[in-house]
Amino acid sequence: MKHFLLATALVLSAPAAMACETVTIGDLTVEHAWSKVTIGAGRPGVFYVEIKNTGTSDDALVGIATPAAGMPMLHETVVQDGIASMPHAMSIPVPAGQSVQLAPGGYHGMLMGLTTALKEGDSFPVTLSFEKAGEVTVNVVVLSLRAEGPDCADAGQ
Amino acid sequence: MRLRSHQIILWIAATAAVITFSAVRWWPATDDTAAVDSAFTPSFALADSEGRIRTTAEFRGKFLLVFFGFTSCPDVCPTTLSEVAQVMDDLGSAAGSVQPIFISIDPERDRRLGLADYTTAFHPAILGLAGSEEETKSAAASFKIFYEQEADTSSPDGYTMAHSPGLYLIGPDGAWLRQFTYGTSAPEILSDLQSRL
Ligand SMILES: [Cu+2]
Repeated sequence: MKHFLLATALVLSAPAAMACETVTIGDLTVEHAWSKVTIGAGRPGVFYVEIKNTGTSDDALVGIATPAAGMPMLHETVVQDGIASMPHAMSIPVPAGQSVQLAPGGYHGMLMGLTTALKEGDSFPVTLSFEKAGEVTVNVVVLSLRAEGPDCADAGQ
Repeated sequence: MRLRSHQIILWIAATAAVITFSAVRWWPATDDTAAVDSAFTPSFALADSEGRIRTTAEFRGKFLLVFFGFTSCPDVCPTTLSEVAQVMDDLGSAAGSVQPIFISIDPERDRRLGLADYTTAFHPAILGLAGSEEETKSAAASFKIFYEQEADTSSPDGYTMAHSPGLYLIGPDGAWLRQFTYGTSAPEILSDLQSRL
């Protein structure tokens, strides 16, 4: 909750830098949460984030929730034999000592049933549910259609 | 995570959609590798956002950058269209010799959601086309690409599209020149185009 309040304060003061904030829960570090502009509210939005597990036991991201969308889910873009598809990811492994990225062309949060179109500079909270660490809320900044990710000094690609 | 009532309704709707779902399945006559090796002239006749039929014939004299996709695709499609938009910006005065085209493989839904709003948001030069089911199938067949509707309760309206995510370059004479595979960066596409212009 403390992190959430902190994040909320940041929304008001520095929206551009918000995607660069880091939230931790147990051994997990969650950062670089961002989304893209949507053209209308009838098309799904997307959610990307980076999760680092500095602990010694494996965890997994098992779900997301947000007031911004009625049906948020985890998906994985798979390109196999030259065909791209986007199956539901029941659980995204976050192995001990490793980091996982939800990033374009791979895992992503699919935000269906948007309550409103996402505009550049908007922000909204997403709660991530981990199998072991529990729930943590991050603020997600909406970047332009052409964005490839937040511009953070420490962004590890 | 508890499901809220509107989420449950969405789930029920999605499940119902799956029950009434009929798969559109079309297999290309040849695979991608064969397509690249032999010269061929793909063609389409598809409606634009204003309902006018646009055909490959009217673009003779220009290079075409053709992408097949669907607008409810938040991950793969925006990446490629963003690259195309960047290429169009970077072409500068040569941009007039290149026509980028987005062909919907989910034409009914895309017409309903608004095709021009979508393509214009990426770049005003991108022409969005959405034909009938039959016209779309024959366009895809002529480009030797694959697409398929898949039942999927975890997607909007209970289905999603699997498709070839490549970007296809057609020459001024209408002949297929090459494919840029998914993930090819804008500078790579740009320098290939500049070497031909
Ligand atoms: Cu998805």
